[in-house]
Amino acid sequence: MNSFPIIRVITKLLIPYILLFGLYVQFHGDFGPGGGFQAGVIFAAALILYGLVYGLPAVHKVAPPKVIEKLTALGLLVYAGTGLVCMLLGGNFLDYDLLNHGVLTELPAAFDFLPGDKPHHFLPEGQHLGIFLVELGVGITVTAVMTMIFYAFAGRERVTS
Amino acid sequence: MMDFIVIPILALLAATAVTVARIRNLWAAVMFTGIYSFLSASWMLILDAPDVAFTEAAVGAGITTILMLATLSLTPRRHRKSGRLSSEDFEERPSKSPLFPLLIVTITGCALVYGTFDMPHFGDPNAPIQVYPEPSFVEKSQPDMHGLPNVVTAVLASYRGYDTLGETAVIFTAGIAVLLILRKNTDDKDGSESQAVTGENV
Repeated sequence: MNSFPIIRVITKLLIPYILLFGLYVQFHGDFGPGGGFQAGVIFAAALILYGLVYGLPAVHKVAPPKVIEKLTALGLLVYAGTGLVCMLLGGNFLDYDLLNHGVLTELPAAFDFLPGDKPHHFLPEGQHLGIFLVELGVGITVTAVMTMIFYAFAGRERVTS
Repeated sequence: MMDFIVIPILALLAATAVTVARIRNLWAAVMFTGIYSFLSASWMLILDAPDVAFTEAAVGAGITTILMLATLSLTPRRHRKSGRLSSEDFEERPSKSPLFPLLIVTITGCALVYGTFDMPHFGDPNAPIQVYPEPSFVEKSQPDMHGLPNVVTAVLASYRGYDTLGETAVIFTAGIAVLLILRKNTDDKDGSESQAVTGENV
């Protein structure tokens, strides 16, 4: 694959947009279609595309396997940790209503010059914050698992018989 | 107007499925499953399920196809180069007469089609799924979620957050399992990636 210049150039052009779309699907999932799982697979698809075209060593430099391995667990910990924080705040597991913090929930007055309506929530809180954190956890785990599975397949030698 | 898109997509889906079943070249079959997934994603988009369409396009058409191709490139070619499999290539010979399997498939298909008669019509406002939770999640989630418009995300991440936690744990566990089975055995701790252990997995 390395010898096709068109594929290499087009891949480099495409990957930023795939990653950007992944981030959009991740962080806009509360408002539009999408969410952690979708964002995770889109993000992993970008990494896998890079690995396919530029080879495994190149993608290992971008996303080292040791980091990816730890990210699989980190995502799940973010999810479960959100639930535990809710418990520590005195509620039930994953009861996001306890995450109300009241800090900067409205856009500060300094930004009044901006055109258009004020956004309803400047910093997410409560249910919104809970969903945000939980989806972030799902996104991290899915990205890492998909990438790791690709590494596991691509890192093997061909069986000759 | 919609029929101009719907009918060709469904026809292509059926044609692709038959092709996958009939084609003997494994590489081509894998590529056709990718095409099938992409057509399914288009179909789900028409059914107003963009979340599922994203997933199908990225996982079904993208990652799964790549993993299947990777598997094919790793495994030796077992069957002959001439293309068509003959019955000796199977360890168990398939039964001679296709009539009995055809009968079973036909009966099963008829039963499934008969089963759909009891299902509510597509988009029926009186279907149980539209009327059951009263007030529905669509109405309930607006005050609960501080006006987050995406009810799907609200249901998945908040109302059924515990389920989604379980699903994430399943993905994590599956990833660990695949890693344990497939990862090449590098005994040296310094992680020299270039040295693959060959011969062990034959």
